[in-house]
Amino acid sequence: MLALLLLLLSAGGAALAFALTKPGPRLLVLGVVSVAHLSIVGVLWRGPSASALNGWLAVDSLGLVILTLVSVLFAAVVTYAVGFLREESPRGGRWFAGCLLGFLAATTLVCVSQHLALLWVGMETTTLTIAPLVYHRHDRRSLEAVWKYLMLSSLGIAFALLAVFLVATAQPVSSGSRPLMFHDLLTNARQLDRQWLRAAYVFALTGFGTKMGLAPLHSWKPDTYGEAPSLVSALMSGALTSCAFLGLARFTAIVFAAGLDDFARPLLIAFGLVSLVVATAFIIGQSDLKRLLAYSSVEHMGLLVLGLGIGGAGAFGSILHVLNNGVAKGMLFLTTGNMVLATGSSAAADLRGLLRARPVSAALLLVGLFAVTGSPPFGLFVSEFAIVSGAVREHHVWVAVALLTLLSVIFVGIGGMLLGVVFGARTAGVDENPERESAWLVAGPLALAAIVLVLGVYIPGPLRLTLADAARLLGGSAP
Amino acid sequence: MRPLIEPILLAVALTNFAVLGTSRMTACVRMLAMQGALLGVLSIAVERPLSVHSIALGAGTVAVKALGLPWFLRWAMREAAVRREVEPVIGYMASLLLGALVVGVSFAVASRLPGMVPGQGGSAPGGLLVPIALATLLSGLLVLITRSKAITQVVGYLMLENGIYLFGLTLVGRISFLVEIGVLLDVFVAVFIMGIVVFHINREFDSISAENLVELREA
Repeated sequence: MLALLLLLLSAGGAALAFALTKPGPRLLVLGVVSVAHLSIVGVLWRGPSASALNGWLAVDSLGLVILTLVSVLFAAVVTYAVGFLREESPRGGRWFAGCLLGFLAATTLVCVSQHLALLWVGMETTTLTIAPLVYHRHDRRSLEAVWKYLMLSSLGIAFALLAVFLVATAQPVSSGSRPLMFHDLLTNARQLDRQWLRAAYVFALTGFGTKMGLAPLHSWKPDTYGEAPSLVSALMSGALTSCAFLGLARFTAIVFAAGLDDFARPLLIAFGLVSLVVATAFIIGQSDLKRLLAYSSVEHMGLLVLGLGIGGAGAFGSILHVLNNGVAKGMLFLTTGNMVLATGSSAAADLRGLLRARPVSAALLLVGLFAVTGSPPFGLFVSEFAIVSGAVREHHVWVAVALLTLLSVIFVGIGGMLLGVVFGARTAGVDENPERESAWLVAGPLALAAIVLVLGVYIPGPLRLTLADAARLLGGSAP
Repeated sequence: MRPLIEPILLAVALTNFAVLGTSRMTACVRMLAMQGALLGVLSIAVERPLSVHSIALGAGTVAVKALGLPWFLRWAMREAAVRREVEPVIGYMASLLLGALVVGVSFAVASRLPGMVPGQGGSAPGGLLVPIALATLLSGLLVLITRSKAITQVVGYLMLENGIYLFGLTLVGRISFLVEIGVLLDVFVAVFIMGIVVFHINREFDSISAENLVELREA
């Protein structure tokens, strides 16, 4: 029932935010819904809750991990939005709050739906609610970005719908399992028609791969993340892509359960490696900070499917990595947003000498650099280590070697730019005097940085159990 | 109602060719509306015992795909004063030939697919449904790729979506009504937002061609 409550809460909040005409109450609605969402998710961790709507909505281990990520990120983004809307012109206020809450409702639906078609409806709604937010600045560049994003992800999501229909076709009618219910599909996976299921998986990989931004389906990503307001980019790279991964993971679990491992694993590994190579190529010599982060997101999405394809400890690493990557990306995009607010640009050349102008953001950027490149003691080190060790244990030694090589090149690429921004000589655009940074603008990224640090040092017991359970669902095991 | 299915499917295939071959935007949108109406009738026709469910779905489909969206696209074209030519990247003759090729490929692929699982409301309408669904999907993709105007790309996207919808009709009675309505609604909103973006593109660039959208790239 709590799943239904979460949905009603965020959807109701969205409707209310659209209806309110004053900016103050709208922010209040944003805050209240976010806190309530976070507390209900907290209650969900205390034990399994009953399913709602005939089992269509339920929270399983996989959904709970992503749902928690979404809820935490959203809370950070909402605190950030308070400061952001003060400095940025308050244009499009009603749409801004309404679409943010609509996005929360859509991502919640993706996380809690146990019916594949319902999951699809949620996935499509995420695209529709985020598009007006990408167009927030109302200029030519953001127009181009939103058009590319809309067309490409609509196309991708259309393929995902075809994948849903193909799974339904693969399901025998007489088996007594309910159509398109995830749990029923999983338990009766052996009865599915293998040929239809293969076709379904190819389309699912293309469709959700486009939404995740796996290379070569990533071309919307740098443009969209580059042009959208930073807090929107934070939500997209942290929450939206994670939800797309959840969709892909559900299809993958079914395909694995049906015994099609030999078909699916090479596809996943190939997609992962291609994404890593493409991301590395574009990270080297990148001149814009937000576009750099977008390619870093391509890299991490590649790591996720790679872990899934490797299996074993890789699958565990993959799910932990969703969490780590989402939190780290959210933190980095919000921090970058502070610099864009200070200088009006996200080009690395305009941001140099940040340590003096905005010390807190500069320190956060430095932390983010080490976190996102998977250095100890941050969470991404633990999850990337699990994926690499999974590769070695599952006899993909060459994959592990390629992975380590690419990751070190990426470290140099990202490090080069971020160190330049933090310690480089001051440029004319940046104010020499240190400015007091608004608490609203640094609280969110600080909290996220703390989370990614804690996850690197210690994974709490309940979280470890949930992660292991989710990994089992995906044919893996805890290391 | 069942004898109606095959003629309707053939008519759907003809509308694909009409969209590919026409040089006028208004004709393009009219053909799309026609296809939507055919889909609506078809979703009533495929289910043998006529039910409230199938009639509601058919009515919803006609309302969204034959009336609502075409009306909205015409509005966007009129408001944005879009020029009436389609302006394809490749010629109309080439488009039609590719369209024919697409139909051939679709039949070849469909004949190699495993048999359909019979639906609950009687045997699934096999035969023409799957190949025509594939052909519509691929024709939509063709329009999407070979037309430069943003609004024609929306038409292409809708055709592709129609193809998937046709494929979904093989599952009538197995996918819940609520989900079908959700899918319809999502498509409606998607096209609505695309239309608004098209409108803005035209105001911003004095042209509706997506070819203007080339500012964002790697330096």
